[in-house]
Parts: sequence; structure tokens; C-alpha cells
Amino acid sequence: MKLKQISVFIENQSGRLHEVAKLLGANGINIRALSLADTSDFGILRLIVSNPDKAYDILKEHEFTVGRTDVLAVIVSDQPGGLAQILGCLDENNMNVEYMYAFVDHMEAGRAIMIFRFDDADIAAVKLGEAGFGFVKQDDIAGL
Amino acid sequence: MIWNEHYETLPREYLEELQLRRLRELLNNVYARVDFYRESMDKAGIKPDDIKSLSDLSKLPFTYKQDMRDNYPFGLFAVPQEQVVRLHASSGTTGKPTVVGYTRRDIDTWTELMARTFSAAGVAAGDILQNAYGYGLFTGGLGAHYGAEKIGASVIPISCGNSQKQLMLMKDFGSTAFSCTPSYALSLYETAIDAGIDPKKDLKLKVGIFGAEPWTDAMREEIEEKWGIDAVDIYGLSEIIGPGVAFECVEAKNGMHINEDHFIVETINPETGEVIPNGEEGELVFTTITKEAIPLVRYRTRDVTSLITEPCKCGRSFVRMNKVMGRSDDMLIIRGVNVYPSQVESILVQKEELSPHYLLVVNRDGNMDTLEVQVELAEGQFMDRIRRLQDLSKSLESEIKTMIGVTCKVRIVEHKTIARSEGKAKRVQDNRNI
Repeated sequence: MKLKQISVFIENQSGRLHEVAKLLGANGINIRALSLADTSDFGILRLIVSNPDKAYDILKEHEFTVGRTDVLAVIVSDQPGGLAQILGCLDENNMNVEYMYAFVDHMEAGRAIMIFRFDDADIAAVKLGEAGFGFVKQDDIAGL
Repeated sequence: MIWNEHYETLPREYLEELQLRRLRELLNNVYARVDFYRESMDKAGIKPDDIKSLSDLSKLPFTYKQDMRDNYPFGLFAVPQEQVVRLHASSGTTGKPTVVGYTRRDIDTWTELMARTFSAAGVAAGDILQNAYGYGLFTGGLGAHYGAEKIGASVIPISCGNSQKQLMLMKDFGSTAFSCTPSYALSLYETAIDAGIDPKKDLKLKVGIFGAEPWTDAMREEIEEKWGIDAVDIYGLSEIIGPGVAFECVEAKNGMHINEDHFIVETINPETGEVIPNGEEGELVFTTITKEAIPLVRYRTRDVTSLITEPCKCGRSFVRMNKVMGRSDDMLIIRGVNVYPSQVESILVQKEELSPHYLLVVNRDGNMDTLEVQVELAEGQFMDRIRRLQDLSKSLESEIKTMIGVTCKVRIVEHKTIARSEGKAKRVQDNRNI
């Protein structure tokens, strides 16, 4: 159910983001989705990649500050109100979203994918599953 | 209450006689059994028998933390391995940890010293002591534990951290005393308030025994006011024995009584190594006169403070030490305030989100000194949450302000951006041209 997200802590210095992208590219790792949160001093780059373990090792080897977190990639119907359905379900179950971002998916028409970070991904997966939502799994990501 | 009336109130002349006798035994012992001491005494041209009075102590060479590292792990031990019943180690931010061993008698001594410490704080049988010092390689947890059991208190060995549980047990068990670092006491208070607990009304605490990091009288007042307790200071370092080297009495709360029947204390000028008169600020140097497993002769603590020789109203005859203000090797003056990197470090090391690598950057902006604390982020689960990191730097800024009295900016930086050095780490970058 869960997906491994790689997060990279980046100080606001020119070229750091480029270095991450270059490093992943050179090692044949494809970035599937990303989000960048930033403050005036630093930013956190969150990545969904084709091979998260390899990405983690490579970034660590190059002395980036890297972390791994479990997130959920929830399938949303790609139509008005699709996102609202999920958020409604979370609301009913009193589950807070730490953050979320969109995933661009070329594989299937009519669906969108949202990445969600919850306090407890396991509980969230159960609740969303019970409500009938589907997930993109780690294996699917490599092939997307 | 005085735990050991006989020794703790021993008249000075008897105390000094005892110290000299124990010192001479110690020197004969280490000269015979520890290569390091025999070599360093031979080099200085001194034999154990040359020490005929306590003032002769100053003829002996110092022992440094580096000597412990050089003899890692057991090179300074003075007893065979089969007599060592416990090993502790201090966290080294650079290189190998400092290892200390205890014989059974050393453990008994340590227990006695911590029993004195708790008694002086007013803790006795019938009290429930929540011991929130860390258990493990760190000497704080187990040292306090044994002493509190010895006096008959009911000890809760909860160790440090897990604030919710700490508060639950405090409330449900009716803890009457707790021991932890002063900064943890402050942070636990915040958690209590968030959880809707009013320590003064909902808890039965009457005293806190705080140590293992430098803290100020302002922090004491804050802790006492917030928790509604007496807060006493204790001093110790693992090299000497752990906690229990010196303790405050709750009657006076004015300086920590040094257990002089087990340790000889000197204050020295850290630059020249000369012994300075009591009352003047200098570096503390300890000689352990009863320790068996790893006795230390004239150990340089790097801790700076002064000694108080005036008698205390509690009746103990031991000399007292004022609060430790910092480390002799790295004091900074920022906006007229003495700041020691070790004070800042003691706050940083408690945050799991941070690595122990940090740098204090001092600049002058117009006529104003500015302090920036750069600290490296550790890696972990929390790392993707930006709010957590922002909250972290804000709370660090306020904790540091409380501890040192100077406003600073905390900047969290990437792994390995702070220069590593062999041996002593560089903790300060002073860009002021003054």
C-alpha cells in the first residue's frame, strides 16, 4: 500500500537542487513526482522515484541529508470533485494531512494520483481502503 | 538531612589528615600499577613518597581527557579485569568515547555519594523519586538510581524522554521528587501545560535534583516558580565517578558540597596550570583518592568555577563549588555576556533531530554583536516535515536565550557542512575584529 518517499534537506544555495537532479539522472533514476517546501533558510525536496532505495544510497553517498518516509499514493478520479471525495473521507475519520502533492500519470486516462503524508500511513491506508479508494504501489511506480 | 554525619561534618584538620593518607596510598598504588602514571611521574622527577603534605599535590603532573583517549579503552585501569564490575562510557562527539570502570567498592562509594546527594536535597524513605536521567552508558541514570534506593526512596527508573509517560507516572504514582537535566525539566513543564496538567495543583513534587549540564540561577528560579518545587544542583563527571562529586543542600541552595573525603579539589589558572587561591574563578582539578578501578590524579575537568570555603548553614564541613559557568578552553564574550559553547551544546545534544556538529558564528553588526548557531540536521523520519524543522529552530532559539541570556539565530544546515577536525572540534568562528 505504502510508497517510499525520499526527502532531501537543502540549504538555500544556488545549484543544490540541480546537483540532486543531475545525480539521480546520471544513475538512471527517474523522478515520478516531487514537491519542494521552502523557508527563507532551507527547503525540503520530497521525491517519488523509480528506485527509492538506490536513490537514497546515492544521495547519502554524496553527503546529502536524506530521509525516507512512508506516504500513500491515492488514486483519484480525474474529474471535478475528485479530490474533494478523498478529503471528505479523511475529514470524517479525523485524519490530518501533513502535506500532499499531485502526481502526473500518463498511464491511464481518467485517473489522477495524489501523494499524501499522514502521521500514521497504516491507519490512513485502512480507512481509505474501506472507503473504496485505490492506491498506486511501489512496483507500479517503477513501471509508470 | 545529612546522610553520613561522621564524614560530612568532619572537622577540617581531620578531613585533611584523611585526604593526605588516602592520597599517599593512591599514589603508591598507581605508581606501581599504571604505566601511564609511573611514566609521567618519572618524567616529572617525582616519587610517591615526595608527597608529604596536601600542598605537595601541585608538584604532580596533570591528567587530561586526551590521556584517557590515548589509553583507550582500559589503559588507565589500576585493577585486573576480574575486579571490574561495571563499565560506563561518555559520549564522545569526536573520536572514541571516554571509558570508566568500577570495582564493587567503587560502586558502593558512588552509591554512598548519591545517597548523600539525595539526602541533602531532602529526599528520604517514603519519597517517590522519578529518575529521568538517562540509563545506559551515561553515568547519570544508574548513579542516581543506586543512591536513591540506598536511602530507601521508591525509585521509578523511567530514564529520560517520553514526556507524556513521565507526566502520567508523576501524576498517578504521586512522585515527590524527580531528577533530570534542568533543560529537560523546562521542556517537560511545557508538555505538562499542553496536557492540561498544573504541576502545582495536580502533582505532589517537592524537589528536583538537576545536573549533568551547566545552568544558571535564572533557570533555577524559573524551574522553581513553574513547578512549585525546590531545585537543587548536583555536579559530577563520569571520569571522576559520575554524578555525586558535589551536591547542593536544600537548606542553603548556595554552592555544591564537594565530597572531599573521596576527592581532592583544586582550582587552577587554565593557562599557566598554577593553583589559585580559593574563591577565585579557575578550572576545577580533581584527584580521586578512594577510587580503585580508574583512579585519576589531578584530572583537568575544563570546568570553570570558584570554591566557597565559608561554612554552610547545613553544618557540612566540605568546601563548596559555585555553579559551573562553562569550559576553560572556549569562553566567548558576546554583548558583555560570558558564553560557553558547552552551554549551547548541552541544549543541542538533547534534540534527536540534530547531529552533535555545530558552530557558533559571532559577527558585529554596527555596535551590536550577533550570534548565529549553525547545527547540522540528523537524518530520520521527521525530515520531510518543514513545520517540525521550523518549530525546532524557534524552540532552540528560546532555550538558548534562557540558558545563556543572549539572543541568537539558529540555522539548521546540511549534513557535513560544518568542518570536521581531528581531535578538538572547532566550535566558534568569531568574525569580530576587536
